[in-house]
Amino acid sequence: MSRTFAIGGVDIKDYKLSCNKAIETLPSPALAFFPLSQHIGAPAVPVVAVGDSVKVGTLIARGESVMSASIHSSVCGVVKKIDAVQSVNGTNVPAIVIESSGDAEEWESEIDRSADVISECALSAEQIVDRIRNAGIVGLGGACFPTHVKLVPPKDCKIDSLIINGVECEPFLTADHRLMLEHSAEIVVGIEILKKALDVNIAYLGIESNKKDAIVLYDRLFSGRKDIKVVKLKKKYPQGGEKQLIDAVLGRRVPNPPALPANVGVVVENVATVYAVYQAVQKNHPLIDRVVTVSGTDVQNPCNLLVRLGTPVSQLIEKAGGVPQDTAKILHGGPMMGKVIQSTDIAVTKGTGGIVMLTVEQSKRKPEMNCVRCAKCVEACPMGLEPYLLARCAKEQNWDYAAECGIMSCIECGCCQSTCPSMRPLLDWVRYTKSKVGAIIRERNNKK
Amino acid sequence: MPQVIVLSLILLGSIGLIVGLILFFVSKAFAVETDQRIARIESLLPNANCGGCGLPGCSAYAAKAVEQGSLDGLVCNACTAENRQLIASILGSDAEILDEQVAVLRCNGTCSNRVASQAEYDGTKTCAIANMSGAGQWLCSYGCLGYGDCTNVCSFGAITVDAESGVASVNPDVCTGCGACVKSCPRGLLMLAPKTKPQKRIWVACANRDKGPVARKSCSVACIGCGKCAKDCSFNAITISDNLAWINPKKCFLCGKCVENCPTKAIKLFE
Repeated sequence: MSRTFAIGGVDIKDYKLSCNKAIETLPSPALAFFPLSQHIGAPAVPVVAVGDSVKVGTLIARGESVMSASIHSSVCGVVKKIDAVQSVNGTNVPAIVIESSGDAEEWESEIDRSADVISECALSAEQIVDRIRNAGIVGLGGACFPTHVKLVPPKDCKIDSLIINGVECEPFLTADHRLMLEHSAEIVVGIEILKKALDVNIAYLGIESNKKDAIVLYDRLFSGRKDIKVVKLKKKYPQGGEKQLIDAVLGRRVPNPPALPANVGVVVENVATVYAVYQAVQKNHPLIDRVVTVSGTDVQNPCNLLVRLGTPVSQLIEKAGGVPQDTAKILHGGPMMGKVIQSTDIAVTKGTGGIVMLTVEQSKRKPEMNCVRCAKCVEACPMGLEPYLLARCAKEQNWDYAAECGIMSCIECGCCQSTCPSMRPLLDWVRYTKSKVGAIIRERNNKK
Repeated sequence: MPQVIVLSLILLGSIGLIVGLILFFVSKAFAVETDQRIARIESLLPNANCGGCGLPGCSAYAAKAVEQGSLDGLVCNACTAENRQLIASILGSDAEILDEQVAVLRCNGTCSNRVASQAEYDGTKTCAIANMSGAGQWLCSYGCLGYGDCTNVCSFGAITVDAESGVASVNPDVCTGCGACVKSCPRGLLMLAPKTKPQKRIWVACANRDKGPVARKSCSVACIGCGKCAKDCSFNAITISDNLAWINPKKCFLCGKCVENCPTKAIKLFE
């Protein structure tokens, strides 16, 4: 009997086309771009100047405030410029551009590049968090929340369980799945490290039922252990959402914002983050690469690639066989929560989990019709909200009522819009309402 | 029979008299004093309830004006100068004489001179939502989106989105300068410019803060922040910040030199 979260959610076709493709390593790019803001929080501050030569793994921008993350060079070369480059949503953002110096790559000397798995970790909790902070690790599930902040929960919260997110509920994406299969030993060590850092006794690894091989593998690895368990979950979107996963695994409900999972004694980390933590703590390997899925129904060669951060997306697409003829939209992320990219020149950042190419048929919106009061959106909302009502609040500019209806707990998963039989753009309006209400709340807090 | 008529007349008449007297005294005793000036001021206001002054409507404006006894901090751009004088005389104070203003669009891009982005936007056709999802239809992430949020809020029908150019255009004859559109634009592209001389104003019709070459790549009429106008200006009215020129209307004498010399024709003069 597999578990799942209690309220809402939709069952969507998963299109895991690349789930049997082993992770391939993409060669490092000739020109790498590092936007200074690849995470939630304050942008990192550059510590290199134009003309400086850097090695692989050299710190190029430091996260100075608590809510920030450092950035390391993923190539060996010379800083060409610090200038605005195009970001995911088409605006120009400041970034460090590094020109690679060719084939002979020089790495920072303290990085352990051997393939051996080091399972012993003698560091204390503070030292572990320190290493994670220095490595610039953020939540690799897509939200890019700095991991070191998560590992130091507020004082009044007692953390009792760690949940590892191996759900990957977005269609098309298989990067986490492949990582779980190919680097299981490292992930197990990574979980131990995180348990030590948080001082918790029990960890759960949540995996959806469409990844049977991973469930079998980790069941075997964890057999006979009481402090670490695999939780088999029923396939349902958005199970990878933090709050949904906590509900599915432990049956605990996180209260409305500003409450965090820490308020119910849980910290959730993505498997890719766990792998990055292992690399940082045991091998001194900063976050300079990640696994990215390149997929789409018409894509010639859907694949999982180990990509250096800063690589232009066009190189990934080339590796997957180019942009198919009928492509209307190229997404950064999965089809449910991903963003359409304006140009394939943008670089892979810490939050890039996948590049998905959709055909005209799959991506074009159909004409909007009237609401038929079927309440499918209400049924689908995993946060127990009423999307049709929130959308109406936006049209009437009734922000107070929207706040009363709990708009701020919306996770923007898109279940409401995907399930609407009248093709109403519910998420558009809900997101707009959320941004407006959020701005009003921030303004009020500033006044206080 | 006549008795009945007389009786009912007396009865109804006396009831009417008593009730009338009660109502008369009650209305005297519980009278709510309203300032007659409120109604008079309200009749002088444009009564479009545009919200440009920041109050819920024209009656709220009138009530506030009477309450504070002056027009301090109460700006109604839609009101004519003549009416403003009259309102001031009702209040018994000197109303500050504001320059008349009109809304102008700080975007010069049209379908022909802007570069389209690779991604097509087919989401909800409002500027606010399109702006949230990124740069929109065009490569320039600062320019007019052309879905007409400003058109929808204009109470005077002064703004239209031109189908050919794809950007909003303000009809200066109809625009009262109420400022409702300024608040509605998610990219802050509309601003109020003074009608210094009748029907004449000058402004930088671009909001692109990217560096010159980047801005140029996305739009052929973008302000590239080259600073030529600032150098040429005889009155030091132009400053450059964030790769964007800004003309100080208080210093500008509308000589038009900058308009002629701008290499990308980003400065507009309206005559």
